[in-house]
Amino acid sequence: MGAKRILTLNVNGDDYEVVCAPNTTLLEALREKAFLTGTKRGCDLGACGACTVLMDGEAILSCITLAVEAEGRSIRTIEGVSDGGELSPLQQAFVDHGALQCGFCSPGFIMSATELLAENPHPERAEIQRRLAGNLCRCTGYVKIVEAVEAVAQGAEGGAR
Amino acid sequence: MKVLNVVGQRVPMHDAAAKITGQAQYTDDLVLPGMLFGKLVRSTVAHGRIKSIDVSKAKALPGVKGVITGMDIPDRVYGIVPKAKDEHALAREKVRYIGDEVAAVVAIDQETAEEAARLITVEYEELPAVFDPLDAIKEGAPLVHENTPGNVSAQIHKEFGDLEAGFAASDYVFEDSYYTHAQNHAPMEPHAALASYDALNGDLTLWSGTQIPYFLKRNLSTTLVIPEQNIRVIKPKVGGGFGQKIDMFAKDFCACWFAKELGRPVKFLYDREEVFQSTRQRHPMYLTLKTGVSKEGKIIAQKITAHADGGAYNSTAPLMITLSCFFVMIPYKIENLVYEGYHVYTNKPVGGAMRGHGIPQPRFAIERQIDQIAKRIGVDASEMRLLNAIEAGEPHPAGFIINTCGFADSVREASKAIGWAEKRGKLPFGRGVGIACASFPSGVANMSHLASGCVVQLSSEGRVSVLSGAADIGQGAETVIAQIVAERVGVPMEDVHITAADTGLCPLDAGTFGSGVTVRAGNAALNAANDIRAQLFPVVAEALGCEVDEIEAANRLFWVRDDPDRSVGMRDILRQYQYIDRSLPIVGRGAWVPPADSATTLLTNNGNLSPNYSFMTQAAEVEVDLETGRVNVIKVLTAHDCGQPINPMLVEGQLEGSILGGIGYALYEDSTCIDGQQHNPSFLDYGFPTMMELPEMEGIHIDTDDPIGPFGAKEAGEGTQLAPAPAIVNAIADAIGVDFDRLPVTPDMILAALKKQREEAAGEAR
Repeated sequence: MGAKRILTLNVNGDDYEVVCAPNTTLLEALREKAFLTGTKRGCDLGACGACTVLMDGEAILSCITLAVEAEGRSIRTIEGVSDGGELSPLQQAFVDHGALQCGFCSPGFIMSATELLAENPHPERAEIQRRLAGNLCRCTGYVKIVEAVEAVAQGAEGGAR
Repeated sequence: MKVLNVVGQRVPMHDAAAKITGQAQYTDDLVLPGMLFGKLVRSTVAHGRIKSIDVSKAKALPGVKGVITGMDIPDRVYGIVPKAKDEHALAREKVRYIGDEVAAVVAIDQETAEEAARLITVEYEELPAVFDPLDAIKEGAPLVHENTPGNVSAQIHKEFGDLEAGFAASDYVFEDSYYTHAQNHAPMEPHAALASYDALNGDLTLWSGTQIPYFLKRNLSTTLVIPEQNIRVIKPKVGGGFGQKIDMFAKDFCACWFAKELGRPVKFLYDREEVFQSTRQRHPMYLTLKTGVSKEGKIIAQKITAHADGGAYNSTAPLMITLSCFFVMIPYKIENLVYEGYHVYTNKPVGGAMRGHGIPQPRFAIERQIDQIAKRIGVDASEMRLLNAIEAGEPHPAGFIINTCGFADSVREASKAIGWAEKRGKLPFGRGVGIACASFPSGVANMSHLASGCVVQLSSEGRVSVLSGAADIGQGAETVIAQIVAERVGVPMEDVHITAADTGLCPLDAGTFGSGVTVRAGNAALNAANDIRAQLFPVVAEALGCEVDEIEAANRLFWVRDDPDRSVGMRDILRQYQYIDRSLPIVGRGAWVPPADSATTLLTNNGNLSPNYSFMTQAAEVEVDLETGRVNVIKVLTAHDCGQPINPMLVEGQLEGSILGGIGYALYEDSTCIDGQQHNPSFLDYGFPTMMELPEMEGIHIDTDDPIGPFGAKEAGEGTQLAPAPAIVNAIADAIGVDFDRLPVTPDMILAALKKQREEAAGEAR
């Protein structure tokens, strides 16, 4: 396992000191050491996207990213998306369009879509599908997720934050 | 559709904000002080006698707090169907599939628990194993359970009319065989359990990602020998179930056992491989259909023989095979009918309830055969379905009572919308359209333990608190129940707060299965809300100077129906209620059980299987890539009679999700098991539809108003999973002229069929 050491992870603007082994994943550090459980564990294999977080603005899979790699980087999780008690326009669009059912994949979708809209505020449907294809959802059939992202992209719900 | 205030509206799920912000708590998100972590040791052989288990190294590992094998816990079996219980939390003498549980450990952290599990060595005497139900029923086949000769653990034989006379009276008789494969539910949330124990009171609490809290409570009591009144099961948010979480698992029993033995909270979490291998999957099934028809395409007689691959244990076996049987009697009228079904044990992962539960398999066979027969006798496949369509109010051979039925309309509407007349048989080679039909129960009647209860409390400040036993697994059951209560009490959604699926607080409920929640728990909520009205409305009538039956209520306001200016608000009424010295809160109670002649079992008796029935026709347009064999599903539309939707947005969500699940079932999802070993137990290898496979979708509402369902509602959760696969495979047949008789239809199969087609054409040309 190797020696554990204390890492400082900057998550949503706050510094968390967490004790990690060299093989501790960022997902484990977030969920089990910082108690930020909004990021979900679906497969532990980088296959489902439920654990997606932003690292320096880029959407990454925290279950196949080591915690040590995240040191010195800026991590944004689902807990850092809504502004206080207020939903982001993207989150509001997901709620209004019924773009979630069980909700387990939703944080990952929000992170991936947040990255997408930050890069391209007005993506076409095909780009939305391509960019979110790494996030699996078993409940919704994706239709309403696409519609929610489109609504934000077309300005119906205001811009992404 | 009726116009109401809250019911029938596109209301977001009441917990949507919690889910979308990551605040919603699923079982694995819960942490208790002093919590220990568990890990299971699983069988590495498909069939074997346990000779010895060496746990000494695991016990000696620092940080390990407990190790148990099957011999350390009571010799009690569990199971969702009481008379089909056949599973031990941990195997005792024998293991029956690769993945069967043999030991469990708990430790101070997950790494230590996993290390300890690796240190346990199990010595097996390997036994001959059997992997196919048709082999398993042969004489001399290895017995998966010694007490089950022939490996048939559940069977059903139903006979209506005179089959032989029907075949004799038919112009044509066709016999065709089909095979459907194993599909995994693949809920996004892996299964988890967290237990804690109060040593003073002897109270055990289990948080579990379950669809059936009350069945789980009962099974915990009987297997761990703890009085039921000392057990509380709480369902946190559940990240999808689709039937897989209808069962209970080693994680639940072991978490509870260790919590009680050690006096510390214990959590078990399955990894994705365990979810694929050691929970449940859709039963593979062999089906043979012998069907007699008139020259016009009227079905005169049909015999269906089915062998379901049950895997190593029963799970829902008797219920599955019963549903499989009864739903070949609907949506077509077949007077002379025989169904013979067998649930067969094999040394493989266990079959269980999965969206559709035993019905998608015969639906695939029947809907494929109708298309094949239509082609053979030269009739239109859509017309043939209409010719055989069941209608409301007709006497039914098995005793179904069908009050409302939009089936024939669904065939017409779906055919029209897909462009049947212009496209069927007329599109360029490689492109085609197909339809398929289905019906589904809104929960099962005629069986015990199917009551739902509800308590609604109206507080002095107007807060409406609902206690319901219903288990929301992400489909929105809590929202639907809250809408029903809000509508009847006359308040907006934000006034209603629901607590559900906590057996320590909430009234009894059967759980989430059979697509029965909206009708059953919805009616219980309606009755409870009506009880509130019965207590409150006399005071309103007095205030308004009218009769009780003249009162309308909405948005915290009460008014006289024919004189809306005479109105009074909820706060005023609650104040008046207090002034006349009546006690607050007002508590309404309600319960509901599907009407049935007697509590019996449909395995042996006929009867009205369900309080009501949904109907649908689904149509698909596909394009087959002739180079790669890949199928692009261009469009899927559904003409849907689900009664009056309580929440159209949630109904659409159910429909859209089922279509993607149906595409996966038709074309690629396949839990491959070779010699008992699963070969693709991960999301990477299994592969279910992503956003890239999204077809164009359209839903057509066929309007019916059911007298039994709350506000006219019927089921909308499972029925739409039945027909997409046969509709797609029928469309493939239209596209390339190949009749596939097994699922999934893979690119390899398509390329091989196209090659054969070319060779045959070349042969004829020569």
